[in-house]
Amino acid sequence: MNFLSVGNPRRLLKLLIVVFTSLIIGLGLLTPANADTVGEEYDYAVLGNVKIEGVAVGGVRMVVEGSGYSAETLTSDDGSWLIGVPTKDVYSVTLDESTLPAGVVVLEGEPTQEVELGLSGRVVMNFFIGEGERNEVSFVDQFISRFIYGINFGLMLGLASVGLSLVFGTTGLSNFAHGEMVTFGAVAALVFGVFMQLPIWVAIPLAVIASAGMGWSLDAGLWKPLRKKGLGIVQLMIVSIGLSLTMRYIIQFFIGGGTEQLPGFDSPKISLFGAVALSSNDLYSMGISIAVIIGFAVWLIKTKTGKATRAISDNPDLAAASGIDVDKVIRIVWIVAAALAGLSGVLWAYFRPGIKWDMGTQILLLIFAAVTLGGLGTAFGALIGALIVGILVETSGMFIPSDLKYVGALVVLIGVLMFRPQGIMGRKQRIG
Amino acid sequence: MDWGTIINNTLAGLLTPTTIAFALAALGLAMHFGFAGLLNFGIAGFMAIGAYGYAISVLTFGLPWWLGMIIGVLGSIAFAVLLGVPTLRLRGDYLAIVTIAAAEIARLLFLTTAFTDVTGSADGLFGYNSAGGFSSANPFPPGSYGFGPWTYNSETLWVLTFGLGVLALCIWLLWALMRSPWGRVIKGIREDEDAVRALGKNVFAYKMQALIIGGVFGGLGGIVYAAFANVSPGVYVTSITFFIWTALLLGGAATIFGPVIGSVIFWVLQAFLSNILPELAINGILPVDGTQAATLRFVLVGIGLMLLVIYRPQGIFGDKREMTFVK
Repeated sequence: MNFLSVGNPRRLLKLLIVVFTSLIIGLGLLTPANADTVGEEYDYAVLGNVKIEGVAVGGVRMVVEGSGYSAETLTSDDGSWLIGVPTKDVYSVTLDESTLPAGVVVLEGEPTQEVELGLSGRVVMNFFIGEGERNEVSFVDQFISRFIYGINFGLMLGLASVGLSLVFGTTGLSNFAHGEMVTFGAVAALVFGVFMQLPIWVAIPLAVIASAGMGWSLDAGLWKPLRKKGLGIVQLMIVSIGLSLTMRYIIQFFIGGGTEQLPGFDSPKISLFGAVALSSNDLYSMGISIAVIIGFAVWLIKTKTGKATRAISDNPDLAAASGIDVDKVIRIVWIVAAALAGLSGVLWAYFRPGIKWDMGTQILLLIFAAVTLGGLGTAFGALIGALIVGILVETSGMFIPSDLKYVGALVVLIGVLMFRPQGIMGRKQRIG
Repeated sequence: MDWGTIINNTLAGLLTPTTIAFALAALGLAMHFGFAGLLNFGIAGFMAIGAYGYAISVLTFGLPWWLGMIIGVLGSIAFAVLLGVPTLRLRGDYLAIVTIAAAEIARLLFLTTAFTDVTGSADGLFGYNSAGGFSSANPFPPGSYGFGPWTYNSETLWVLTFGLGVLALCIWLLWALMRSPWGRVIKGIREDEDAVRALGKNVFAYKMQALIIGGVFGGLGGIVYAAFANVSPGVYVTSITFFIWTALLLGGAATIFGPVIGSVIFWVLQAFLSNILPELAINGILPVDGTQAATLRFVLVGIGLMLLVIYRPQGIFGDKREMTFVK
């Protein structure tokens, strides 16, 4: 099923990149003689190339208007067109959608767009076209679709956030290296699933186990000795920054600066209801997140270790005095936090999609935003905060440019600190 | 191995516009963290706002270079106020998270394609030094100056002179402030906020003033860097903040000259490593390829930062008694 809805920004973006790249390549091969041209007597020109996924579309009507001048042409068989214009000015370019093949529309922006002639005297105007129904996805459908994406993103953000929150609660450390623990999980899945060619359902659990091992070794090798040494929390925080730099660049050292993909990253979409279509990856991801979060909640509420964890978060001295082995519990907290962060990294690698050495740094501030929003040190608060941040990030793309979608979440973070610094679930005495 | 080139490039790192810009930013952090105890992880944001304030004033509004630089400084003051109002009443680690978030917001706003006309988006801004008259204000006639590794053309010499002048002024200001009664109150706030409050001082106002002064130093760092290189959003990432922290802690957070010397050491080491690691890789001494060798020096920065904070948090020149963050 080759249905492409606008309510699916990532897939759309991928297709657009393909279309756009093919347009650029097409332009490079274009010789002016092939182009269907009008107004060649003028010094300036607007030109372009109409292609759908690399296939040229001929006979599309293009209109250029502006400064009292108007001209139109049909694209030639190789999709190219050129319209000469008399002055260096702003013109509006229209692609007549009725002349496109059935079902093909301009996907991004309107079919009429403004161009300004630059220094070269020529300007390229290409439209992002493809099969789709630009106008048929209603605002509500788009919103619902993005809302569900937001829940998906929020759940994986939540997996990472509860870990950070637990670590903060039990040790007082704002762990800036938590983002790298997210990257580590994704990279471990890459190592097991791609480099070692294991089936993905083996590779992901192995990646989570490797992450847990990483959490264990970080606590055993670094954090526990530092606690024994009696470092202050600010010192520990700066150590975590050093650790974050170290881990980040070690990961770049091994996997390089490019983007890697896990197997099956572009699973087909399944249409659910209305215009909402999710891929099977999205559904698995949500299912895994929810199952793990429920398991985590049961662990935290019901088990002895979970209760001890919450006791230490409340009052470490009292917990130690009542016979809780604080170091042992903190060790478990690090293992759990790292495993959850690693899992969230794997899921996020499918969601983005792709694995990059600095992906953890990108998400770290959103994790902090989620944890602060929920209330520093409260595990369930972090979960709610993560859902809110996830939904906000995904839906805000409808109202603000998509490259600013993280800004919305960060502004909310600062806003929360202004009006309710203890967060949604936090208590006031924690803010100092 | 070409030791001559390696040593030459390493020594050149002693005095570059980048080193001066770093030293200014580190001086700002010394004000924030070393003296006032404010955890600012958004110094890159202050630098970005200084640099973009200067470049945008010149390119978009056609102002002369000196007015553009003043606007850059005013921009970093506004940023400090904006950050301080919500967070200075809260505990230190909240300030850390908010400042790092605010610096990222600033960077993303400069990076977005929504304001390409003004900010140049991912390409950044260039040409403002000649458009605003900074280049033509150069008093040095064209030619080659200096000797050995410190050979500069007249443009670089002008940026260096300007940068060193600004740096000297800032060092003097910080020194004078820290030996004044105002400076003693600031240090008092770092040691025990409640005690200072009990003496009837308006702690919030003092912290805000410290945030603004340090922010101006950071903004000037960005401006000096912009006077030398293009303004590009890729520069002002969180990594640069952490590198400046490393330089600061290397020299000593609660000292006047520590941040400057820390920056110099940081850049000399960076210049040395960026020259020697690829050489070692090419000669087969290190079993890595060239790109990996370049990455390795940042790994070393991270490890260095950790070791520094664990074993010598007061830095090279600091006094351990002045480090209240060391519990």
